[in-house]
Amino acid sequence: MDFFLQLVITGIVIGSIYSLLALGFTLIYKATGVVNFAQGELLLVGAYICLQFTVGYKVPFIFSFLLTLIFMFFFGFLIEKIFLRKMIGEPIISIIMLTIGLSSVLKSVVQLFWGTSTRTFPQIFPEEPIAVMDLQISYVYLASIVAVAVFLLLFTVFFKKTRVGVAMRAVASDQQAALSMGINVKRIFALSWAIAAIVSTVGGVFLGNINGINTSLSHFGLMVFPVVILGGLDSIGGAIIAGLIIGVLENLAGGYIDPLIGGGAKDVFPFVVMILVMMIRPYGLFGTADVEKV
Amino acid sequence: MNYTNCGNFKTSYIKDAAIFQTKFSLIMIYSFIVLTFIFPFFANTYYLYLCNTIFIAIIGAAGLNILTGFTGLISLGHGAFIGVGAYAAAYIFNNTDLNFLIVIPLAGLVTAAVGMFFGIPSLRLKGLYLSIATLAAQFILQFFFVRAEFITGGVSGAFVNFPSVFGVSINSDFSFYFVGLIFTIIMLLAAKNLIRTKTGRIFLSIRDNYIAAEAMGVNVFKYKIISFGISSFYAGVAGALWLFYLTIITPEHFTIGVSIQYLSMVIIGGLGSLLGSIFGAVFITLLPEFLRFAADNLSQIYPAVTSAFAAIREGAFGIVIILFLLLEPEGLAKRWNLIKAYWKLWPYSH
Repeated sequence: MDFFLQLVITGIVIGSIYSLLALGFTLIYKATGVVNFAQGELLLVGAYICLQFTVGYKVPFIFSFLLTLIFMFFFGFLIEKIFLRKMIGEPIISIIMLTIGLSSVLKSVVQLFWGTSTRTFPQIFPEEPIAVMDLQISYVYLASIVAVAVFLLLFTVFFKKTRVGVAMRAVASDQQAALSMGINVKRIFALSWAIAAIVSTVGGVFLGNINGINTSLSHFGLMVFPVVILGGLDSIGGAIIAGLIIGVLENLAGGYIDPLIGGGAKDVFPFVVMILVMMIRPYGLFGTADVEKV
Repeated sequence: MNYTNCGNFKTSYIKDAAIFQTKFSLIMIYSFIVLTFIFPFFANTYYLYLCNTIFIAIIGAAGLNILTGFTGLISLGHGAFIGVGAYAAAYIFNNTDLNFLIVIPLAGLVTAAVGMFFGIPSLRLKGLYLSIATLAAQFILQFFFVRAEFITGGVSGAFVNFPSVFGVSINSDFSFYFVGLIFTIIMLLAAKNLIRTKTGRIFLSIRDNYIAAEAMGVNVFKYKIISFGISSFYAGVAGALWLFYLTIITPEHFTIGVSIQYLSMVIIGGLGSLLGSIFGAVFITLLPEFLRFAADNLSQIYPAVTSAFAAIREGAFGIVIILFLLLEPEGLAKRWNLIKAYWKLWPYSH
């Protein structure tokens, strides 16, 4: 039972980071119709920038974290302006390939600056885990869950209450109508990239605090697909719930199936789940079905 | 657009449906093929190695172009399908005493079956969802390559002995060149003709507007599956050839990176153009070689270049894709046609 609970808790931590990534992915997809294969690389860049501030320039963690968020905001903004702006109206395969190309470039830049070896953040959270009824939960896990929850809450408020948030939802639901209401759709496009970069960064920084960072973290960008499919590509709430589901399932598969087959179940299990979901509900748990009219 | 010279009249349907519209292009193609057969007698091992890699890439890219360029279905799992072909060939070759020339199409058939299986989601999924389903195929197959040791040899990979045909052992770049070249010509000819058949035209109609195609009485699902099958057959042949060239394959040969490379070949060459597949395959295969050449020269001035080469190569790959998408979205095949048109129409280009 303890083993099970431990797996579930680790799953929730990883799952909440999936949720953040999926949130970024869904946001971009909803607003601009772009499938972002570079989501994992945004996470990577964010994590390394934060590392650079903390370790390289000795900035206290909280400030370096905030600085990173500001930096990544503009970084996402610029990516949209320089690359994606020109791709509006191009076929989907071109856009997919563009973000794949972008991911290659970002990964290579990270490697050029920081090398390929695993780097760790200085110890920020107390190392001693806290015990909750026989369970050992480390502080960094708690901090990640709390941080993710805070960010998800912030975004919910942002989308519901602020002008920009409402404008973003308007663009997502109907671009034409949003345009005619005087919403600056191009700015919304750029903004959605900026926010996606920020949420990925939060995920990246906490992953970095748990296990250290190296370039293989960008793998998270591909694992986000089962999550967004399960949740439904265009549902923000779905992305969050599906992130937790996939995170937990993946860890349980890792814990119980891996010993039987000798490892690797963790990587493939989410995709099996995804295929099964796609066969039964092609638009995910919360996605809207496309009605096609001739 | 096919620009032909003035005065080039067609007096029969057969002439109108010919693959090569003019005598001139026919002569050019034949002489080019003859040249490719003479080439290995003058080339060194390095150039032969490049050519052999390009042959395999051309077959794989042509297959992917049938699926993505002609039928409009994006596949992010082509690398894994190539792997299926390679492992199937290794298994058949090691467990039977069939000649490798028979093993290669058999491996193609096995891959076609696997590809069709992973094409089944296309019954309900479209566009983006389908491309993500093929991404799942990539990961599931990759997992299988590592785990199913009784077939694939696991992480240590699968081995074969050098194959032989008519008593000649295919154990060098030189001898493999001819196998690769002949297979490439056969596969390209088959693809070129496939596009001219009813099946090929149905693929195009599904790509352009599948609702209209369905309204015309096309069984869209069936033809999508057929497209997956044919495309995977090409991948399987490419994989089997790769196996017999390297004689050892490991799961690392068939990662998502390979799938992406093939997609970029198709995009850079030109979607829906077989000539484009050739251009793309040549381009993407030679790109790292050019970079290595440049890096070797640069490293004499900046020694740091050597250690950063892997990163530089990946970055350059990304930059090339991005630049092509932004500046030449229709690929090299389009540029080739423009250049041809320029010379045909010169000096009156209006």
